[in-house]
Amino acid sequence: MANQPIITVKNLVKKYGDFTAVNNISFEVYEGEIFGLLGPNGAGKTTTLEIIETLRGKTSGEIIVDGFSIDKDPDSIKKRIGVQLQAAGYYPNLNLTELIELFSGLYGIDVNALAMLEKVALTDKAKAKFKELSGGQKQRFSIATTLINNPRIVFLDEPTTGLDPQARRNLWDLIREIRNNGTTVVITTHYMDEAEVLCDRVAFVDGGHIIGIDTPDHFIDELVNSGFERKKEVKKANLEDVFINKTGKEWRES
Amino acid sequence: MNQQPYSNFKATLAIAKASFRSIIRSPSAVVFSLAFPLIFILVFGFIGGGGITVDVGVAKGSDTQNPVYQTLKHIKVVNLIETETAAEMKAELDKGRLDAIINVHKNTGHLPPFTVDVLYTKASMDKGNILKSLLTSVFYQINTKGNNTPPPVAELREATVTGRVYKTIDFILPGQLGFSLLSSGVFGTAFVFLSLRITLVLKRFFATPVKRYSIVLGEAIARIIFSLLGALFIIMIGRFAFGFTLVHGVTTVLNMLLLSVIGLIVFMGFGFVVSGIAKTESTIPPIANMITLPQFLLSGTFFSINVFPAWLQPISRALPLTYLNDAMRKVAFEGASLLDVSHQILILFVWIVIVYSVAVKTFKWE
Repeated sequence: MANQPIITVKNLVKKYGDFTAVNNISFEVYEGEIFGLLGPNGAGKTTTLEIIETLRGKTSGEIIVDGFSIDKDPDSIKKRIGVQLQAAGYYPNLNLTELIELFSGLYGIDVNALAMLEKVALTDKAKAKFKELSGGQKQRFSIATTLINNPRIVFLDEPTTGLDPQARRNLWDLIREIRNNGTTVVITTHYMDEAEVLCDRVAFVDGGHIIGIDTPDHFIDELVNSGFERKKEVKKANLEDVFINKTGKEWRES
Repeated sequence: MNQQPYSNFKATLAIAKASFRSIIRSPSAVVFSLAFPLIFILVFGFIGGGGITVDVGVAKGSDTQNPVYQTLKHIKVVNLIETETAAEMKAELDKGRLDAIINVHKNTGHLPPFTVDVLYTKASMDKGNILKSLLTSVFYQINTKGNNTPPPVAELREATVTGRVYKTIDFILPGQLGFSLLSSGVFGTAFVFLSLRITLVLKRFFATPVKRYSIVLGEAIARIIFSLLGALFIIMIGRFAFGFTLVHGVTTVLNMLLLSVIGLIVFMGFGFVVSGIAKTESTIPPIANMITLPQFLLSGTFFSINVFPAWLQPISRALPLTYLNDAMRKVAFEGASLLDVSHQILILFVWIVIVYSVAVKTFKWE
């Protein structure tokens, strides 16, 4: 497939008073890829995402999402995207089935709540409240809510933060599955190993600028070619491989 | 992707449904809207049932075989207490727990045949005066029967219209209903919108095509339905357990529910204002109490505002709950129509305009 841009960001600027959170950022996300926004805290990743998600105004710049301009047609964009926020809560006192029903109402469509929960392997928690779920289950449920409107693009803001290695791998599988079903995924993360195995392309953001966009492979080759060497000799496995090997791959609920 | 046209109605309904489910599962909503008012109704329903009573101690050794004692015994308002010792009676009288002590002596050999000593107390002058006038009338009857007195100068003819009996519950219930609507409207709305805001539920909503008015409307519909069910429950308990007066039956109930909706809209407006001012959940109660407590105390929830000192009454007469309570009582007990209470309704509408113009300025979505 030729690289068809589904999101185009041109010269995006966001200022809070004197502080410039996003400083003239331009990039494209291609249809059908997993695109990673990487960078330290405060680099402007979340701000950039929230502007594309129509949740935050911008100071200047142009954004096209799936053919719609963020200035002219934010409502059409909202219908086409699924959004998972960092640390968002859900309506209190409702169980998962009721929350899915609520969201399907908000999107104005009818979905089978159990079928949605099945996509993220939470059918046995259909009657549980969100706050009763484990960290991994919470993230999977959040992802389920982003899939309700059968979106063209889903945005996941640090979905694996705080999860144990098993839950993290489980979530990677889910994210790949979403991509394989034809949905573009935009993800932010602080884990470079995660970006390396999961993302088709990554952009490094720092101080409100994009300082590089490429595939993880290219970035690594580039660094190695420049003569970089790790201080410690690289072994064929790392401690996380040991962890997974000793504790098993299957995912622990609780 | 979905191609059918987006329905704001469907979204509003989905929010109303979710909100209603959430409210009925939230203990604080149920406690404030139902349990508190019901407890007050039970307490006042039981203690207030008999109206006024005057507690009169009968001194030890007092004669009981005399017409004065016999007549008093049959007057409902008078509660004769005969078991206490003289010392106990004196102490109770000082504290105003007894309103008077009575002692009847039989006079053998000279007229009049009986002397009645009555000891009043400054601790309870009101009830003492009631007893005084009761005694005067008892004496008049006995004395005219006893002697062959000449025809009196003027004759008193008394008649009583068989009107409705104004029971304590008829006053207390509308007040408690108003209180229930007030707390549900102010506290409920404030907590819901603040918590939806700080837990980012609203932010997540805004990533969907839902409109802001759908969110407000959906929440309002849920709260109105919940409060009306609560109001109906309170009215039914009042009707069947305590004989609350509903002059025109079902019509009266419907009018009361309609008034409830108007009141609730005012109170939810206060809730929106509070949710905008409060920064955290713990700052809601003090701010909300500044709005609810004065109304709770000064709007005629427990006693008529006529008993307040003159300087307080203008404040009472400015509060929206005063007019809701007033309209409720007129509709329920006097059988007034909504047109008859249009003055009260008008003032509630003025409040709606005031409160919502403030709410629009203070309300925060994020």
